[in-house]
Amino acid sequence: MSTIKWPVEPQRPAFARALVALGHTHKDVVVASADVSTSTKTAEFAKHFPERHYNFGIAEQNMISACAGLATTGKVVYASTFAIFGTGRVYDQIRQSVCYPRLNVKLVVTHAGITVGGDGATHQMIEDIALMRALPNMTVIVPADAPETEKAVLAAADHEGPVYIRLGRANVPVCTTSEECQDFEIGKATTMRDGSDVTLVGTGIMVAKCIEAAEELEKHNVSARVINLSTIKPLDERTLIKAARETGAIVTAEEHSVVTGMGAAVALVLAENAHVPMKRVGIPDSFGESGTSEELMQKYGLTVDDIVDGAHDVLKRKK
Amino acid sequence: MVEHYSDEKIEELETTARLIRRHIIQMIYDAGSGHPGGSLSAADVLVALYFDIMEHKPDDIKWPDRDRFVLSKGHAAPALYACLAETGYFPVEELKTLRQIGSRLQGHPDMRKTPGVEASTGSEGQGLSMGLGMALAGKLDRKKYMTYVMVGDGELNCGQCWEAAMSAAFFKTDNLIAIVDRNKLQLDGPTSQIMSIEPLADKWKAFGWNVIEINGHNFPELLDSLHKAKETNGVPTVIIANTVKGKGVSFMEGVVGFHGKCPDDKQYAQAMKELGEGFE
Repeated sequence: MSTIKWPVEPQRPAFARALVALGHTHKDVVVASADVSTSTKTAEFAKHFPERHYNFGIAEQNMISACAGLATTGKVVYASTFAIFGTGRVYDQIRQSVCYPRLNVKLVVTHAGITVGGDGATHQMIEDIALMRALPNMTVIVPADAPETEKAVLAAADHEGPVYIRLGRANVPVCTTSEECQDFEIGKATTMRDGSDVTLVGTGIMVAKCIEAAEELEKHNVSARVINLSTIKPLDERTLIKAARETGAIVTAEEHSVVTGMGAAVALVLAENAHVPMKRVGIPDSFGESGTSEELMQKYGLTVDDIVDGAHDVLKRKK
Repeated sequence: MVEHYSDEKIEELETTARLIRRHIIQMIYDAGSGHPGGSLSAADVLVALYFDIMEHKPDDIKWPDRDRFVLSKGHAAPALYACLAETGYFPVEELKTLRQIGSRLQGHPDMRKTPGVEASTGSEGQGLSMGLGMALAGKLDRKKYMTYVMVGDGELNCGQCWEAAMSAAFFKTDNLIAIVDRNKLQLDGPTSQIMSIEPLADKWKAFGWNVIEINGHNFPELLDSLHKAKETNGVPTVIIANTVKGKGVSFMEGVVGFHGKCPDDKQYAQAMKELGEGFE
């Protein structure tokens, strides 16, 4: 298994730190919660700026449209709840109230993906990237770890228009400490590690696993490039096409359904621009179930070995 | 009576309302599609707001202290556009571009395209929440502006309206005023038969709102209730405006079929004749 000893840190406290910092620097920042503020950590912002925090209770549709109303007056609104309640349940409100009028609502969801664990399929949101990236005017960001979470949340404040930021619940390896990761920019993919035989494109918690997979592949004399694709929309097409052309094979890895997730977005770009063997590592077209994060990652094909296997598969198909 | 209105002022508003109704028929006839029934029922409320009650500056559309209006029942867009044009937000001439390709006047209100439109609406049930957001911002910024939201009675089938009602009372947004266009018809038929919302006043009261019920085609009642609503402290107010769908055009009044149907040539001529008083 892994040879790298990562320090680990959850993403939510980083989100809270960024929010509180914004509270001080941006007078127009307000925050909306839907009963789960102690879990999403927006309660931290509420503690510092009680008058600028609104708890709408378990009424997400009202929350999203009210955030749109707040944004029409010039507020920069951060709305937060669990991914499962902040996307599918309010898709129409996000579409009509926020994205169509291109309002400054930043939707930061937590507890995304299968690693929510024990709560089971009803709480494991694995199709939100598909929903959010389909919306015109929406920017979609999936930070790789806690430091990148903080940067993304801060960057969203100065980005004009709607932003979706997807966070998990569990501890995440801190993997974006190297120099090339310091300048976070919305829409820019980061090459974390260079390589020439295959490119591993990861997003969110799968980025660290891609780096581990690259180390593993190196033992078999395979040189793997690793790209952290933290912005899924707009897609950094240039970096992806360049990687496909230079390495000739692509593996994507995401904690999301492989149906129209990040891998599908990458596949579409490559289909039109650079035909290379490709493999999507992700959750198959199915619902999740209860279990520990580790067990679920194992069962649903989200391990370092799955990425390594994917790399061997595309390498075999490479001419 | 909070403020006295002369008979002349009331007559002037009634004449303006007829002008707005003429625009509604003309626009929908020109466009070949649209929603005459719910636009005509809403017309008098909109005239009371845009031509008397609201503080707004058509030549300074981003004036931060302006009163806000949200047309949650977005399908009544023609009534809103006619009021915006006649108060000077854009040329009256432009009304004939409704629903045409490239037009600033979309089938449903678009705040990014049309000067004076405060919120993009059309998917029923979201406008009261948007208005709530505007009202919350007004409180936070200690501004004096009011936010008015017109909701349809059919729209009140939506759960989100009641989420908004619950939270507006909770947040004590007395700067938020909802007006229900209670025309008693929805697309499929009478609201009492499709999905009854009665007892409507009791529902709003139970949700913590100040409730005023009026005849939504009677200007003295409209103006009086809006002034009272503005002066209410601590709770939001809802004005249940009892209206007639298709009001002002005899053969459209109370007729379900004219919810979303364009008049034909003969109906158009007849409607304009009936709305002709003062415009011959």
